Amino acid sequence: MLDLLKAPIQAVQDFYELTGRAMRNVFRKPHYLDDIKLQMDTIGVGSIPIVLLTGFFSGAVMALQMGRSLQDYGQTGRTGTFVSIILVRELGPVLTAVMVAGRNSSGMASELGSMKVTEQIDAMRALGTDPLQKLVTPRMIATALMLPCLTVIDDFVGMLGGWLIAVYVYALPSLQYWSTTWRALVWNDVAQGLLKPFVFSFAISLIGCFYGLRTKGGTQGVGRATTQAVVVADVVIFVVDLFITKIFVSATSS
Amino acid sequence: MSAENSVSADTSLLRFENVTVRFDDDETNALDDLSFDVRPGETRILLGAAGSGKTVLLKTAIGLIRPLGGQVRLIGQDIARMPEEKQFDIRRHVGMLFQESALFDSMTIAQNVAYPLLNQRVNRLPRAQMEPAVREALRFVELEHTLEKLPSELSGGMRRRVAIARAVVTKPPLLLYDSPTAGLDPITAHTIMALIIKERDVDNTTALVVTHRYQDGNLVANFRYNPDSGRLDPAGKQGTNTVFMVLREGRLIFEGSQAELEAARDPYIAKFVKRPEEEAAA
Repeated sequence: MLDLLKAPIQAVQDFYELTGRAMRNVFRKPHYLDDIKLQMDTIGVGSIPIVLLTGFFSGAVMALQMGRSLQDYGQTGRTGTFVSIILVRELGPVLTAVMVAGRNSSGMASELGSMKVTEQIDAMRALGTDPLQKLVTPRMIATALMLPCLTVIDDFVGMLGGWLIAVYVYALPSLQYWSTTWRALVWNDVAQGLLKPFVFSFAISLIGCFYGLRTKGGTQGVGRATTQAVVVADVVIFVVDLFITKIFVSATSS
Repeated sequence: MSAENSVSADTSLLRFENVTVRFDDDETNALDDLSFDVRPGETRILLGAAGSGKTVLLKTAIGLIRPLGGQVRLIGQDIARMPEEKQFDIRRHVGMLFQESALFDSMTIAQNVAYPLLNQRVNRLPRAQMEPAVREALRFVELEHTLEKLPSELSGGMRRRVAIARAVVTKPPLLLYDSPTAGLDPITAHTIMALIIKERDVDNTTALVVTHRYQDGNLVANFRYNPDSGRLDPAGKQGTNTVFMVLREGRLIFEGSQAELEAARDPYIAKFVKRPEEEAAA
């Protein structure tokens, strides 16, 4: 029984150690600015198309569903309110994070995993450079900076999608849609909507790198690491989301 | 005694003291109570069959594997218990050639060779000085024309030469070579060994060469690089400062000169010491 628990507990401990070292490296020399920029480009700019598409369609489909439910109460006019609250508080951050996890946690795990199995990570260590400093910390910083930006983009195109449905399916005036959308939001929502992606970003980057760096067993191992990274990152995103939401709900209701 | 040798009396570049390495699931030790001392100016040839622990020894020497017991003193500091973050600055003084070259496959040859210069915490060169240093290292291995190629575009022997360039670009005083000739044809293997001898004689570096081929050690022990002709000449009476070691299942079973090695009676050692011509006859 204890032996069964040993491996997962060891893994959690290793993960905390990786997290600790990656965080400490933020304040230590050398800083690999070129790597941070490169990662911001692949994680941030590279994810824009997928964020635009998923954001737009999720916003549109939500307006469609909300509009229909609100029709029963004769409140179709408030579609914008619901679309914006759900997008900014919940759907935008979570959907963007899940998309970026699918795209980048897997990318990090497979890239670092391939380097691991071909001894390139060992070569980095042997050449007197810290693979965590060179590989993990830049990915962590880049994701933490880019994910909130991507979420804002996702929220906005989601509202655009909702607007199209509101105007063309439910025949709401544009002005009404946008004014309800805007008025629905308070600072608390915005804070929540930006804090979530910031926290999720660490799950995405650190879990991706963690599984990449502990890859064993050749090409198959790389595949396994990639899958595990995405699955675990996605689950962690949803779990963390619940806790952050609970904190905000408690804070506002008291 | 030259100035260089007088230093060697009290400092060693790499010293193993009763080092034992064991992996989690194994019943036996990968390295068993190993002690030796690599002194400045010396070239050590470590002979051993596949699985005898040669690579483990090199990885332990540079801190990539942590020993279960004993001390590993690298450039005068015990790294066996040191946290890895502190080891990076020590490893800067050591060049290592991996068995499979371990080049960064998504970087060009020039970026690979520039990697230690660009990324080490101390002594990061300004960009203007980078290129000449990279060119010089690649010229040393005669691959100056491959700057912009990717490692996958080169042959195995060329990749290994690039890896040597990457190991020597920071001019480290100690070099570790892990089976530099493994899997290469005899001609390419000779080229690689000639580079190792050239590095020794041009930059006066200390080296630990791990190999399973006795003729590699024979070459290092008896030939010198001639800077005028660019070829290897017999070292003659002057000889070279070469020490042989034989590793068997994690234990050091021999340490001494080439003459002592050839005179050894141990059948395991005798199998290694077969001359190439004897090998052909057998």
